[in-house]
Amino acid sequence: MNLAAVALVAVATLLAGSYGLRLSRTTSDFYVASRTVSPLANASAIGGEYLSAASFLGVAGLVLAGGADLLWLPVGWTGGYLVLLVLVSAPLRRSGAYTLPDFAEARLESMAVRRTASLLVVLIGWLYLLPQLQTAGRVVAGMTGAPAWAGGPLVAAVVIIGVLGGGMRSITLVQAFQYWLKLTALAVPLVFLLAAWRRDGAPGIADEAWLLPVTGDQQLYSTYSLILATFLGTMGLPHVLVRFYTNPDGRAARRTTAVVLVLLGVFYLLPAVYGALGKLYAADLADTDGVVLELPRRLLGGALGEALTALLTAGAFAAFLSTSSGLTVSVAGVIGQDLLRGGVRSFRAATVPALGVPLALALALPSSLPVATMVGMAFALSASTFCPLLVLGIWWRGLTAAGALAGLLTGGGLTGAAVVWTVAAGPGEGWAAALLAQPGAWTVPLTFLVMVGVSRRTARPAGVARTMVRLHTPEGLRLDRGDWRPRRV
Amino acid sequence: MSALVRSQLRLSLFVCTLLALLVGGLPLLLLLVPPLREARLLGLPVPWLLLAVAVYPVFAGLGWWYVRQAEHNEKDFEELVERR
Repeated sequence: MNLAAVALVAVATLLAGSYGLRLSRTTSDFYVASRTVSPLANASAIGGEYLSAASFLGVAGLVLAGGADLLWLPVGWTGGYLVLLVLVSAPLRRSGAYTLPDFAEARLESMAVRRTASLLVVLIGWLYLLPQLQTAGRVVAGMTGAPAWAGGPLVAAVVIIGVLGGGMRSITLVQAFQYWLKLTALAVPLVFLLAAWRRDGAPGIADEAWLLPVTGDQQLYSTYSLILATFLGTMGLPHVLVRFYTNPDGRAARRTTAVVLVLLGVFYLLPAVYGALGKLYAADLADTDGVVLELPRRLLGGALGEALTALLTAGAFAAFLSTSSGLTVSVAGVIGQDLLRGGVRSFRAATVPALGVPLALALALPSSLPVATMVGMAFALSASTFCPLLVLGIWWRGLTAAGALAGLLTGGGLTGAAVVWTVAAGPGEGWAAALLAQPGAWTVPLTFLVMVGVSRRTARPAGVARTMVRLHTPEGLRLDRGDWRPRRV
Repeated sequence: MSALVRSQLRLSLFVCTLLALLVGGLPLLLLLVPPLREARLLGLPVPWLLLAVAVYPVFAGLGWWYVRQAEHNEKDFEELVERR
């Protein structure tokens, strides 16, 4: 039954993708769905793309393992959109940029910054894709009895066919569908699980230490660093930003983001409950990422348990597909545009390294850290590079190309080193390990300081005044916005 | 023009400050006020109700309020430009 659920999601995704193929013909269709998507559809698509395996499976697993402190993770993943809404959404849409490198080029008029931003997009994308593919391997193996290596290539194959087939237009439809699929797949089983829990006499959780939040200095540091990285990292995720271009104007971009806040808030009510039920009924699990899929068997059993497990497996598979598709489109777009010659042909060629590199890594390192922890590192990298670039670039005329470049290299280099160290060394004890596992609290402020410090000593881009008009004024007004356009890809 | 950017920035920073106080204050509050830490409401621990439930409507409400204010600022600016 689980195998059938996985197959059904894969086929439905591909069918929706081929529907998109008939609709998308030009390059701009391919990338951004020609900007004809309504706010609710667009917000569902953002939600569908954003809610990855880390949200669907990982949050409940980490809550089971770590208790109340880990509730901050979904709070940050939602709150990040509030920060994105107030600081970035409308100006970014008005900049006309397709991607982060486009924005860097438009604002700073520098190819060096553009290339550095491209490199960072690829690194963040890979860091985010790697745990998706690793977890896909574990889940598909655990749920269908397939060999452990099979899940990653399966997800990769469906994503490649879907992306090559339709580009962004098909992806927008598929992603919007996937949000509602994921919400249903997580909500329906929960109703039955809670009913079973009540029949069981509604037992409480006795473990006080698990129930209560932060107790020590180090935990307090980790909590704050997590909050900073998630709240500020969301705005720099490549697959999230490209979605803003599918809004018709800056105002629609804002409204879309506000709807996203509601959709994510509804979804994130659920994983914490799975975590708490897991603490009661599945506290012995070694691989806590599996708790969501394990609960129906333990609480219900029988045909109902099997059916709900199949539904959850379908939701998890949808989560792997949607996030991986979005990331692959973004990474391939950047590789195609900045490393290859550009155009649809380059985009198609670029999907191979975009997905192939993390797939090879996932097969070489079958399992390391929990999925939500790995994704948290992609957020930390994004928060200490693109967040300062976007915030200072949009709101401060003084940001210069040299300042941005220095900041990106500082933040990217230090956070990248911390990530590599943590992945290589595994979880550790003590302050040094905590500082490296959650680097956001020191790398983000440092990057801001470097960008501001270097910018003050260097010359501003020539067109900054016109760029500011372009970023901040409503599209209806006839004003001089400069003539910058993203390069046709 | 710079008045528009200033008013939008002021609005954004206001929301961010509110968010920082709310979200930044919560871990400290829960650490330093044991009665709140250990309180229960309807049998559920209050820190869980705050973190797993209450924050989300607050985020959504703040978001909607911001959208309305930001559009208001833009409308004022549009009227100013068109009157000239």
